[in-house]
Amino acid sequence: MKKSVILGALTVAGLLAGAAGAATLDDVKARGKLNCGINTGLVGFAAPDANGEWSGFDVAYCRALAGAVLGDPSAIEFVSLTGKTRFTALASGEIDALSRNTTWTLTRDVDLKFTFVGVNYYDGQGFMVPKALGVTSAKELDGATVCIQTGTTTELNLADFFRTNNISYEPVPIETNAEAQQQFLAGACDVYTTDASGLAATRATFENPGDYAILPEIISKEPLGPLVRHGDDGWADIARWTLNALIAAEELGVTSANIDEMAAAPTSNPEINRLLGTEGNMGEMLGLPADWAVKAIKAGGNYGEIFEKYIGETTPVGLARGLNAQWTNGGLMYAPPFR
Amino acid sequence: MSTISNSPKAEFRLSMLIYDTRYRSMTIQVVALMAFMLMAAWIINNTAQNLADLGKPIQFGFLTESAQYDINQSLIEYDNQDSHLRASVVGLLNTLLVAVLGCALATVLGVLIGVLRLSTNWLVARIMTVYVEMFRNVPVLLWIVFVMAILIESLPQPRAFRGENPEASMLFGDSVALTNRGFYIPEPLFSRPLGDLSVLGAFNVSLEFLVIVAVLVVSFFVSGVIRKRADRIQNETGIRPTTWYLRLVVIVLPVLAVLIALGFHVGKPELKGFNFQGGIHMRTSLIALWLALSFYTAAFIAEIVRGGILAISRGQSEAAAALGLRPKRIMSLVILPQAMRVIIPPLISQYLNLTKNSSLAIAVGYMDITGTLGGITMNQTGRELECVLLLMLVYLTISLIISLVMNWYNDRVKLVER
Repeated sequence: MKKSVILGALTVAGLLAGAAGAATLDDVKARGKLNCGINTGLVGFAAPDANGEWSGFDVAYCRALAGAVLGDPSAIEFVSLTGKTRFTALASGEIDALSRNTTWTLTRDVDLKFTFVGVNYYDGQGFMVPKALGVTSAKELDGATVCIQTGTTTELNLADFFRTNNISYEPVPIETNAEAQQQFLAGACDVYTTDASGLAATRATFENPGDYAILPEIISKEPLGPLVRHGDDGWADIARWTLNALIAAEELGVTSANIDEMAAAPTSNPEINRLLGTEGNMGEMLGLPADWAVKAIKAGGNYGEIFEKYIGETTPVGLARGLNAQWTNGGLMYAPPFR
Repeated sequence: MSTISNSPKAEFRLSMLIYDTRYRSMTIQVVALMAFMLMAAWIINNTAQNLADLGKPIQFGFLTESAQYDINQSLIEYDNQDSHLRASVVGLLNTLLVAVLGCALATVLGVLIGVLRLSTNWLVARIMTVYVEMFRNVPVLLWIVFVMAILIESLPQPRAFRGENPEASMLFGDSVALTNRGFYIPEPLFSRPLGDLSVLGAFNVSLEFLVIVAVLVVSFFVSGVIRKRADRIQNETGIRPTTWYLRLVVIVLPVLAVLIALGFHVGKPELKGFNFQGGIHMRTSLIALWLALSFYTAAFIAEIVRGGILAISRGQSEAAAALGLRPKRIMSLVILPQAMRVIIPPLISQYLNLTKNSSLAIAVGYMDITGTLGGITMNQTGRELECVLLLMLVYLTISLIISLVMNWYNDRVKLVER
């Protein structure tokens, strides 16, 4: 009798231990490191540099989040994930946040039980072909062999696009961007399709980028953004407002160059003061130190700086701001107020 | 009255469960079993609880939803509006296809190499040793990727076949095209087709194929009757009638007649648009996976065959030679039948390995069941646990069926000992 009581207690304790762990913030602080999921390698978005350090547009978000939570943008354990493995890694708790060119869709938000914390890049699916093929429109691709990264929304969009236009294609499913590149360059597929930003980034690494054309059709909406698990709203708030802080900083003119000066003493703009923690207690509300946003912005600069540094027009990837400009410049980047 | 005191009947006490050797082992087993069951219950309960907390209780309803994705190679009709279940079946058939092709080629290669390794020709034996060591000691995933890379990089693109002076040309009278997207080979066509037979409304089987198989089965049966008759005559008279031409006619003629009646002809692949159209398309992914798995497993089978042959004592072949049998016949009549009983059991596990290794298919983008059910379906529906459980069930079933069939075969070739 006694024995079964003890075992019963053990079972209950085990269950509690399993169910607890909802407080991601506490886990991250205790660990002293943020586990952040990123791409396996996509120039501009997430790629190791000459020193083996991960850098890129998506990586910069991870660094900002680590800065906000732990005060140290290098306190990160990067986990590189394929399109197929990313959701399992996040759902199982292997990573705390996923920042890997992931499209916000209803199914992923609701059925896969994730919380998208915002959009850091408004994208759409495009097609890249060798110029030698002489194709000028995606509608001429009847019968073509198409390389796609498996486990992505592009796979489904592609099926829809060809069905709508009543033309046929042969899909070649591929696990990573690097393999797709190999097959595409060898001519094992006529077309490579993924998000237009990914195409530009991939083309930038080709020996002769000029020999390849990106077709004008954008066949889908791909709002890419970071995401976290369902069930921990506090952590989702931190992730969401870290992204908003980066976007708001650009709008408010806070850059990595002038942030020390602005954070040193209250400025004349109360919103900047609230953002940088010299006024109000927004850090406390989030469960973070008052200077959380300062650390986040210092990690890699504001949204605009990150964009220009990794994927902007001066980089080999060479993407224009387009939809990703601030709302004040006719784009869609619009951070809710820090109030 | 003598008092013979019966030794008091030992009362059962609880402590005897531990201190009495009669009960002790039972006690330990019961406790261990209970502990094991509790642990299993805890794991299952914990999983179910955590999934419920996540809002993802175990459900299989997603299997009937529309899959929305395309699969390049499917043995049954499939389009992206079909259900996830059908996509899984397409993947399962692809797994079985590569497993069957792989087991067949691996066996042929393995037996050949195993026998050649014992060759008295020094060079042949050494080359086979190098082959075995090379394939056995490198992970099969690397071989798969390597073969794929060779096929993709070394073979021409379909585009290279175009133009006045193409860089590449088709083989065998413009009927076979080897490209880096796969091999295009002629397909059998019938100008007077019989149509398709729908099986349970789920998929279609071509009637021509069924008719040809049926005719072949009957032909072989008749040929068997002829052989038995020859055996009987030989037993009675000691002279074996020559029957090979009769048997050949019985097998070839009916099939030929059926083929002509159906209007059989071959359809050659032709370059149209981006790709070759018509013909059978054996995709690079299938070929790479098939060859790599076969070469790899053949190395193990070769060792098994060699071991099996070496296990037969020299006396057997010497005795056979003394009876005047020639070396070829010694091998086929004396050595191999006996070696079989040593070879078959480890061969079963090699077949199982090959089948399970085929789940590495995604490395080259071959859509087997791990790629459909355990890949895209799992990813798009987020039902990790359900998909993995189903996958495990499928592989378990395939493996058990292979074991069953091979064990049945093993029982047949086993030496009957008296």
